[in-house]
Amino acid sequence: MSKIKEFIIEKIIFLCGIITIVFIILIFLFLLKEGLSLFKSVRIFEFIFGKNWYPISEPPQFGILPLILGSLLVTLGAGIISIPVGIGCAIFIAEVAPRWLKDILKAFIELLAAIPSVVLGFIGMVTLVPFVKNFFGLPTGLTAFTGSIMLAFMAMPTMVSIAEDALYAVPYTYKEAAYALGASRWQTIYRVIIPGAFSGILAAIMLGIGRVVGETMAVMMLTGNSARIPQSFFDPVRTLTATIANEMGEAVVGSQHYFALFSIGIVLFIISFFVNITADIFMHHKK
Amino acid sequence: MKPHTKQRIAFSFLFLCTLLVILPVGLILIIIIKNGLPALSWQFLTDIPRAGMREGGIFPAIIGTFYLVLGAIIFALPIGVMCAIYLNEYTKENIFSRLIRLAIINLAGIPSVVYGLFGMALFVMFFKFGTSILSGALTLGIMILPVIITSTQEALRSVPKEFREVSFSLGISKWQTIKRVVLPCAFPGIITGAILGIGRAAGETAPLLFTVAAFYLPRLPRSIFDQVMAIPYHLYVISTQIPNIPEKIRYGTALVLVILVLGINLFAIILRIKLRRKQRW
Repeated sequence: MSKIKEFIIEKIIFLCGIITIVFIILIFLFLLKEGLSLFKSVRIFEFIFGKNWYPISEPPQFGILPLILGSLLVTLGAGIISIPVGIGCAIFIAEVAPRWLKDILKAFIELLAAIPSVVLGFIGMVTLVPFVKNFFGLPTGLTAFTGSIMLAFMAMPTMVSIAEDALYAVPYTYKEAAYALGASRWQTIYRVIIPGAFSGILAAIMLGIGRVVGETMAVMMLTGNSARIPQSFFDPVRTLTATIANEMGEAVVGSQHYFALFSIGIVLFIISFFVNITADIFMHHKK
Repeated sequence: MKPHTKQRIAFSFLFLCTLLVILPVGLILIIIIKNGLPALSWQFLTDIPRAGMREGGIFPAIIGTFYLVLGAIIFALPIGVMCAIYLNEYTKENIFSRLIRLAIINLAGIPSVVYGLFGMALFVMFFKFGTSILSGALTLGIMILPVIITSTQEALRSVPKEFREVSFSLGISKWQTIKRVVLPCAFPGIITGAILGIGRAAGETAPLLFTVAAFYLPRLPRSIFDQVMAIPYHLYVISTQIPNIPEKIRYGTALVLVILVLGINLFAIILRIKLRRKQRW
């Protein structure tokens, strides 16, 4: 009797073990099921490189190039800000800060990770948006630049904690060897520790950027939602994620518009899949 | 330049970077607390929204978030814990466990709005649950699985191998060992993971957009097939969708959400620190 029970329980545990794979496949299949219907009437090339996103005009146009460029621009801006600052912060926490400060800083980073994105979006609206508008003399403060600043901030927790882990994992003996050769602390950091942790730092950057590409609420509240090809950082843009969040509520189920939003979902899924797989390869490279 | 001067410049730069990350966090919290605190009152927490959400409170949103989070954790906790048990106790490092690990990493990385699409396609449309608490909670549940699995794995790993070996040597079966020896030892760590998952679920907006969230529904849900309001979505609505909402109400809502989410996280962090100190092995 107890053997049968044990057998059943082991099977249940096994099922729960593979359920994550099942969920990933289910997510992809359901995105495909709805999203691929679009390509009965729209060619993939037109979808990805089409310059116009007019989903509800007659005839509708489903070109997501403006949205891709919007996501790209915001991500680029966020990357330029967050990579040096985030990695610098990680190095400070891992190598420079005294022990007591280290714990406080890490707690702060964890706190930042926990703040809901809709709250950061709201705070951005009441502080950052008017600031950008007045400081640069723009007609609106809802720009790619505004989104980039807030997103850079949101990429920090991922980037800092993973980079910090990678730096920490560099064997202590490397450090001692460098000191023994008369290297200063800083020389040791940038000649020994950073190269030693390099692949982990790359993984940290990738995952931070992945977080930025997938961010929805804050970016939707801060970037102005204009689905046109942006000319500069100070234009309003609309990202892939914001388009889905904004328009799904109004799209008629089963319409081309509805399918098109799922197609954007497929694009996002594929991007996040590649980012995560690559980051994982980098992370295991260090062994 | 002397190495010492160089080092000083470099360290100042690194310190500056750290300040750039830390200071805004403090600033954001101060702004929300300072402006939100005057809005907080018993009435704000227990009243329904009135006058087109420009007056009254956010009680239905609080209740909505409570139900959603409860549903998500009821769904995700057993599955997540079992999955971690499988990975840690029942399988060795092979191609299959590596696939599962990759799936977990990917689940953690999928944009939240894509979870919203998925929840809509699977639960709302395919299973015909409609836009309901059930659909929203299940969507959130899948989203927090990686958090629960990862922290449960960490908790299981911290239980020394010898504990299992002693139990096996007494002729106790694998599952009995896990149930009687491993899980009780790992229990506090698992609870910490569950709390972190709850914190994550409570703050998410995008997965709720098309699966459950009601724009304005000033009553309490009657069943799991009802729509509900949720605090994060409510904050989104009153800060972007409706003009002329008094600042006070917006900050108040933001403060309630921040207190809730940070409170949950802080609780988990403190629990974790206490556990690490208390661990007897």
